[in-house]
Amino acid sequence: MLRVSMTINGKQATKEVEPRTLLVQFLREHLGLTGTHVGCDTSQCGACVVHVNGNSVKSCTLLAAQADGAEITTIEGLAQNGEMHPVQAAFREHHGLQCGFCTPGMVMSAVDLLKKNASPSETEIREWLEGNICRCTGYHNIVKAIQAAANEMRG
Amino acid sequence: MYAFEYHKPSSVQDAVAALSDKEDPKIVAGGMTLLPTMKQRLASPSDLIDLGGLPELVGIREEGNSLVIGAMTTHAEVARNETVQARIPALAKLAGGIGDPQVRHRGTIGGSVANADPAADYPAALLGLGAAVITNQREIAADDFFVDLFETALEPSELITAVRFPIPQRAGYSKFPNPASRYAIVGVFVAQTDGGVRVAVTGAKGSVFRVTEMEQALASNFSPESVANIRVPADDMNSDIHASSEYRAHLVTVMAKRAVAAAEG
Amino acid sequence: MAETGIGASVRRKEDPRFLTGRGRYVDDINRPGQLHAYFLRSPVAHARLTSIDTSAAEQAPGVVAVFTGQDMAADNVGSLPCGWVVTDRHGEPHKAPPHYPLARDKVRYVGDHIAMVVAETRAQARDAVDLIDVDYEELPAIVDVRDAMTGSLVHDEAPSNLCFDWELGDQAAVNEAMGQAAHVVELDLVNNRLIPNAMEPRAAIGDYDPGTEAYTVYSTSQNPHLLRLILCAFVLNLPETKVRVIAPDVGGGFGSKIFAYAEETCCTWAAKKVGRPVKWTAGRDEAFVSDAHGRDHFTNVKLALDQEGKFLALKVDTTANLGAYLSSFSTCVPTYLYATLLAGQYATPAIYANVKGVFTTTAPVDAYRGAGRPEATYLIERIVEVAARKLGMDPAELRRKNFIQPDQFPYQTPVALTYDTGNYEPSLDLALQMIDYQGFAARRAESERRGKLRGIGFSAYIEACGIAPSAVVGALGAGVGLWESAQVRFNATGTVSVMTGAHSHGQGHETTFAQLVSEKLGIPYENVEVVHGDTGAIPMGMGTYGSRSLAVGGSAIVRACDKIVEKGRKIAAHLLEASVDDVEFKEGKFTVVGTDRSKTMAEVAFTAYVPHNYPEGVEPGLDETAFYDPLNFTYPAGVHIAEVEVDPDTGITTIMDWVAVDDFGRVLNPMIVEGQVHGGIAQGVGQALLENCVYDKESGQLITGSYMDYTMPRADDLPPFRVGMTTTECTHNPLGVKGCGEAGAIAAPPALINAITDAIGTEIDMPATPEKVWRVCQAQFVQAAE
Repeated sequence: MLRVSMTINGKQATKEVEPRTLLVQFLREHLGLTGTHVGCDTSQCGACVVHVNGNSVKSCTLLAAQADGAEITTIEGLAQNGEMHPVQAAFREHHGLQCGFCTPGMVMSAVDLLKKNASPSETEIREWLEGNICRCTGYHNIVKAIQAAANEMRG
Repeated sequence: MYAFEYHKPSSVQDAVAALSDKEDPKIVAGGMTLLPTMKQRLASPSDLIDLGGLPELVGIREEGNSLVIGAMTTHAEVARNETVQARIPALAKLAGGIGDPQVRHRGTIGGSVANADPAADYPAALLGLGAAVITNQREIAADDFFVDLFETALEPSELITAVRFPIPQRAGYSKFPNPASRYAIVGVFVAQTDGGVRVAVTGAKGSVFRVTEMEQALASNFSPESVANIRVPADDMNSDIHASSEYRAHLVTVMAKRAVAAAEG
Repeated sequence: MAETGIGASVRRKEDPRFLTGRGRYVDDINRPGQLHAYFLRSPVAHARLTSIDTSAAEQAPGVVAVFTGQDMAADNVGSLPCGWVVTDRHGEPHKAPPHYPLARDKVRYVGDHIAMVVAETRAQARDAVDLIDVDYEELPAIVDVRDAMTGSLVHDEAPSNLCFDWELGDQAAVNEAMGQAAHVVELDLVNNRLIPNAMEPRAAIGDYDPGTEAYTVYSTSQNPHLLRLILCAFVLNLPETKVRVIAPDVGGGFGSKIFAYAEETCCTWAAKKVGRPVKWTAGRDEAFVSDAHGRDHFTNVKLALDQEGKFLALKVDTTANLGAYLSSFSTCVPTYLYATLLAGQYATPAIYANVKGVFTTTAPVDAYRGAGRPEATYLIERIVEVAARKLGMDPAELRRKNFIQPDQFPYQTPVALTYDTGNYEPSLDLALQMIDYQGFAARRAESERRGKLRGIGFSAYIEACGIAPSAVVGALGAGVGLWESAQVRFNATGTVSVMTGAHSHGQGHETTFAQLVSEKLGIPYENVEVVHGDTGAIPMGMGTYGSRSLAVGGSAIVRACDKIVEKGRKIAAHLLEASVDDVEFKEGKFTVVGTDRSKTMAEVAFTAYVPHNYPEGVEPGLDETAFYDPLNFTYPAGVHIAEVEVDPDTGITTIMDWVAVDDFGRVLNPMIVEGQVHGGIAQGVGQALLENCVYDKESGQLITGSYMDYTMPRADDLPPFRVGMTTTECTHNPLGVKGCGEAGAIAAPPALINAITDAIGTEIDMPATPEKVWRVCQAQFVQAAE
């Protein structure tokens, strides 16, 4: 067993885990943070995207041990003081989600994009979402929501 | 995933020591290939040696007429690095097209090069630019480094610490991605360097390779037209449900043309 | 009321929980004392099981039990049933070989279930599966639908691997018309096999309470009541009173979560055996091999036309792959949900279809978004396009010439269905205008200057939604009724709980049904709570599939609301000291006609629960249940136009524009409807361009078993979509609604393939991958050079 410790959504968490524990298992099974989902086993679907030290990564392709000492943000930590993040709000306003399963990863990915590129073009948004698969929306409204969030965040 | 022991050495020396001590150790750099492989139970190392605790392996610096990129530098860092963008824009573009943004945040140049996936992008850049792989023991020229499918010149306890890329006069990369995995079905890196023109192809065969006929044609006239009619033989090309060997051979020519056009700017 | 009522794009009630990570999917649920299951799946396509040794696995760390088919046989566990018996053209019922949850004698596809390990952790269960020793006597694989009838026998009960040889229509009339026609065009078509890939993998938890002898099953199901019925009546032989099925938030279904599968059956059964809850969650690798797949037809189609281009007859000959076993509704998909749609939007006087359903050593094939209707639309809209090209006619005009005319409704097709309403030309006209059809030639010339081939493609689709009525489908072999139920319950404080048998797994029922009830009962939208997905909380239900939720489930809600209003009038009349006949209900108020004396719905509801001043003979409470059995299908229709550009150097197709004009009847929430259209188109584009399930012909191994090889449509594969609407209201349900969930997936494939074949000037099968397109372009280049 390994002792791992990280800051998740601003709170410290320390647990003993098997070395083969993935970060997503650590979040879901050890901490009960089930907002982060698992949709595939080949690191493609992006349902498990979280932020590690400020960058979006796939938590299904990272050992909890590798994230020892890291700052993690999950979908549960995005809203502040009960206010949804502008990206979350825009997804709702523009119907950027249907079944909701890919949504946490999609939102976490989009938040990271807007941090790195405040005014992405439609093409840049679509290319950025290469690692996030949605089966419901055809991406049309997801792209629209991200554009709207970008506008909102630029003020 | 099968069970294993986990180690996070704090020096290259410790990492190398762990590599020699353990029964069936594996190095994990970014883990973007290794972890999915282990999850599918296609690999079962006894020990994982995580290089994540070695900041000295991260970074990009200009040394004379070359760029030295630390083994643990991520694809995202290479893609957005101003020096890389200024000196070898084709390399920045290549790094920015690997996998997806999340893969680029974790995946590293050292890991990609050591894995020598026949469909990975970096091997084309290393071979196309005539780069050198720097290890804890020596420097290995790219021409000697990539041996075969997932096979390199690395010794069992040898660790990549950096890659040295000579700065070319101009270079371009063009990739035809697998529509599902987004790995290269064919990727062609073309560079005009002090040592001559180099054309390297990834994705098409078991390992990255050079196309001398194209290099010669481009040496006399560096333009897309020079390679437009050069056909590479399909016989030993990869073939799968996404692309037959004939199609791959055809794409080598098309991607070479586009890489030259990209290099022209 | 307008901003939350019928017709308003109300933002969804379910979104805040999904957007903040508080959705509750089956894998998010854990029961105290829970164990984990992992299945040993067949690594070979076809083999006799000569021995299974589980002893080493039983001794492995954490293992609680290992079960095989023999253990289930000893407990008299039944076969997973097929709920629709198709009678073939010789009057024989289809061949229905048993489909046991765990194989008993043979395995018949890669992924077939052999044994189940139950252990303390998922990793331990998986570790132990590797220790089970099985001897396989391998038999030949058979994967291609075209080889099925001459291949090795999958089931001894089905000679030539033929499940049924079925027909519909007037063969003699069709043959006669073909013989006399000025033109007959013919086409061989592959409708490629697809893997549904809802983003949430299937999962189940079986939980048994020895005190009450009752089971609770958590399942990723589109129809929890139906799953309960199948588990109880057919497989586990339990009373329905002892099984509660909960399908909480479900991450997409697209048909694949309609069916009763081996895994939830095994978890339910095993929970009692081991005395602890048993959980299973599919990895994506398991989903690929074991979710029911879709489509997989090979078809020959002939269309006869007269000199002027009027359609005279359509003849269809299809072989449909059913896979290794009959999944829950597999047999009705390539028959009653397929051949009955072959008239399309056209007044073709004679139609005949012969469909052979065959077994192969592949995963079971069943309904996938559209289920039969995409296959029908694909062949109609492809052959019509081919006819237009052959006759030198504008494809839009050839369609227009053959449309069923508005004055022909209700229109009896030659293939059993009666379309109640429709008006097809306005959709075509709007689509042509939106795409700027006049400007296409100029756009094509501009593409040509850049070395690209541009094409435009049409699809005028029809679909039949809300499969119905029960008596008719029963006569055709369905084993279930196709009604829906709803309970609408006022609480004393004026809030309303709506219990619906429809299930929402992306469709937004919590929002649209609340809009509906809010408008019907004149109460604030915020006060309506929609409850779904729990047989313990909802009286009855048939679930969600075939775009039926609003047309059937919504109609049941309307009926229940009507009952509430009727009862409310009696209570209000008493309070207002008026005759019931003089009380009318409007906008949330009961008013004595011609006066300003009124009582609000909330006042009436309160009185119903606090009946201090109450009419004699009226029961307290305001809680009504209704069942609705539709009189007919609904018939959404529309026109999609795709415009593409092909790069002849690489064969890559880029979608330049997409226009969809649909007639869904009355629309409750346009935002949600448009979202359904977008998603449907994306899946249709996936089928036409990217997705293909490939089994190796020799070994029967699934080659496209992960996202590394099965191409899911991604954001950068798709364009923005432009959506328009026309409206003819359904004539036979109380809302005038039709159904919108599958339209995009039905309409899109032929539009896209017609555009690509227009661009490259020759036929091509789905999916039109770059290499296929490149080969065609090469062949033409060579031909031109010669």
